[in-house]
Amino acid sequence: MTTQAISVPRPEAGFGDGPRGGGFGSLLRAEWIKFRSVRGWVIGMILAALLTIFLGVFAAANANIGCQINGGPPKSGKACLPYIPHGPGGEIVTDSFSFARQPLTGNGTITARVTSLTGEHADLNGGPAQVGSGMVPGLAEWAKVGIIIKQSTHQGSTYAAMMVTGRHGVRMQYNFTGDTAGMPGAVSAAHPRWLRLTRSGDTITGYDSADGTHWTQVGTVQLTGLPSTVQVGMFAASPGYTVTQNSFGGNSFAGGPAQATGVFDHVSLAGGAPSGAWTGTTVGGGGPAGAGPGPGGGSVPFTRNGGSYTLTGSGDIAPVTPGPGGGLPTVTIGQSLVGVFVGLIAIVVVAAMFFSTEYRRGLIRTTLAAAPRRGAVLAAKAVVIGAVAFVTGLVAAVVSIGVGVPKEENSGQVLLTASVLTEVRVIVGTAAMLAVAAVFAVALGAILRRSAAAITIAVVTVVMPFLLTALNVVPAGVGDWLLRVTPAAALAIEQSVPRYSQVTTVTSPVRGYYPLSPYAGFAVLCLWAAAALALALVMLRRRDA
Amino acid sequence: MSTAVQTQPAPTIATAAARGASLRHTLHAEWTKLRTVSGPAWLLLGVAALTIAVSTAAVGATHCPQNLTCPVDTTKLSLTGIQFGQAVVAILAVLTVSNEYSSGMMRVTLAAMPRRQAVLAAKAILLAALVLVAGAVAVFGSVLAGHLILPGHGFTAARGFHPVWLSYGPTLRAASGSVLYLGLIALMSLGVAVIVRDSAVSIGVVLALLYLFPIILSFIGNEHWQHRLERWTPTVAGLTIQDTTGLRSLVITPWAGLGVLAIWAAAAMLAGGLVFRFRDV
Repeated sequence: MTTQAISVPRPEAGFGDGPRGGGFGSLLRAEWIKFRSVRGWVIGMILAALLTIFLGVFAAANANIGCQINGGPPKSGKACLPYIPHGPGGEIVTDSFSFARQPLTGNGTITARVTSLTGEHADLNGGPAQVGSGMVPGLAEWAKVGIIIKQSTHQGSTYAAMMVTGRHGVRMQYNFTGDTAGMPGAVSAAHPRWLRLTRSGDTITGYDSADGTHWTQVGTVQLTGLPSTVQVGMFAASPGYTVTQNSFGGNSFAGGPAQATGVFDHVSLAGGAPSGAWTGTTVGGGGPAGAGPGPGGGSVPFTRNGGSYTLTGSGDIAPVTPGPGGGLPTVTIGQSLVGVFVGLIAIVVVAAMFFSTEYRRGLIRTTLAAAPRRGAVLAAKAVVIGAVAFVTGLVAAVVSIGVGVPKEENSGQVLLTASVLTEVRVIVGTAAMLAVAAVFAVALGAILRRSAAAITIAVVTVVMPFLLTALNVVPAGVGDWLLRVTPAAALAIEQSVPRYSQVTTVTSPVRGYYPLSPYAGFAVLCLWAAAALALALVMLRRRDA
Repeated sequence: MSTAVQTQPAPTIATAAARGASLRHTLHAEWTKLRTVSGPAWLLLGVAALTIAVSTAAVGATHCPQNLTCPVDTTKLSLTGIQFGQAVVAILAVLTVSNEYSSGMMRVTLAAMPRRQAVLAAKAILLAALVLVAGAVAVFGSVLAGHLILPGHGFTAARGFHPVWLSYGPTLRAASGSVLYLGLIALMSLGVAVIVRDSAVSIGVVLALLYLFPIILSFIGNEHWQHRLERWTPTVAGLTIQDTTGLRSLVITPWAGLGVLAIWAAAAMLAGGLVFRFRDV
């Protein structure tokens, strides 16, 4: 009896010491042992990584691009790709347009008045159309005519341009990615637009004016490496006409070729040694994106009527974006991560079970008897499952991209490259997203105590908004809204290409576009996980085990 | 000994007599089990509430301004909620079986009713009946929401949009087909749950079947494969039953699509039945 009476305080002292002294570390160790000693959970995590990799590589390897050029032998894969120009910034660009040019040596200024911008495009209601037949009047949103100073007629060379556009008023654009707004409104004979570009060394300054006397500076840009002799002149281009401007079906895409015609007068070139004669050139074939050979060639008919010039062109001067608008079979590194959805389900299943199984077997009573600080138990579980999910996701993402991307390129798709930092963000971000989703599921498991409901909520809130948006089940506005407020917002961390406002494109998540910026989207999921953890903590403290 | 010999025939007769009534008894037992816990009732309510809420939200958020053409299948839009409701149906179906396994109740059930096929059949019949009732409520509410809201948002008959109401043939087909769709999802989930037993893993597998296929298919670059696989995907094929416009561009005709889902459900139930019959509890 006495020995028993003495022995009672000892375990109590040890009990009190545990959480304080050995503390959180030993709790973590306990939870880690629980995790690794359940074979099914370990297998589940390995399966999550394997399925992610398998599906990503399967989807990547499945593209099959074939072609037959000029009746030659059928080719496939990379052989089908046309010449792909790269801009000064290294990005893949479209650079094909009609160019009425002459050389300019040294500093100088080009001025022109645009009195008309018209165009025609394929009749989208009248079945398939080609340039030359089945065209109806109309302007593509980013049809553009104006003046340009360009290093050479080589595709992808550095440039700066002032232009009037189909729907976006006057713009100053440079080096494919730069875009500054000038005067708003459409151009017409009653409302002409005066445009001016001035070169001073490497600096190009753009001006616009409504009357030719009062000029407003639109922007100024440094074009590094501009040679002393450059090509200046008038240009016209029009990307394919699409119905994505339809405010309802922002995701649905229907498009066809288009061309734009600009009428210029009061054209003057000051400074340098202008030769006086305009040469018509079709840069990049002038056709749809990437259709032409490398350097510019071929003459473009432009008509001169007194002091007035009329120039017609098709093509675009812009970065290539994912989606059908660019005319190239493009992929992004995020697209070989499609398997993450499978990995997510597997990880969420394990994470939800990690907590809810303790209730089923009554182990929770033992756990809480050993570690009475319930918040610490919840935290330890979240840390352990989050770390396991992070490592699993990291391995899966690295292998998916490492194996999948080369397969995509070999199959003849054009990878829209991203900087190393962006690639690291996509890979680490994917792993972090899986980790936070696992924490979200653990918290739901603690709140609901039932794995089926916890898993369903965690999976459906991440997968469904993506699915509804990607498959156009809901209107684009609703889809964007869903991808902003639901845990699915975190998928934005996989976006590897910037969104260019000066290119009409399909901003579907399948193409790698999300409405939120990567970190903002990730923060939304973190908020959901934090809210679930807080609720779990409250419930865990209030409820009996 | 002699008494034992005499009593021998009696149970045989009793069993023979019971055989006819056994499915009825099994049904009654399963009904009692379902009725006396609160979970299934809440989940059925959840199917109807979630479906109607999501459908109403989707319909309410969709406008067709003047002078724009809106490529919208108004009936399919009104039935958007089914995409979410099916997840709740899946939970209900999985829990019907896996709860019995996790609590050990399955041993009692099979001791009381040793004819396992009858037990599974009773579960399937009851589940399907309940889901069909809840699904009918859900679909009717969704169609009603579309019927009341869409004309006010620009989707009028004058602009060529067909009425979202059951008197219009294709809408009636889409609505009744959606109810059947939920029933088949329930049976497919039940089959998976019987095979897997554990609720967490079962629901993971079922959710993957429901939601993963369409996502992965949308990423496959090869259109030939994409088209071929979509025809055999339970949800993509099954949900073609909701389409009322652009039927020619569908990967599979609506009723054939529902048939594909029925094949999935039948295969899952058949596999589940075999496993259930020959496996220890």
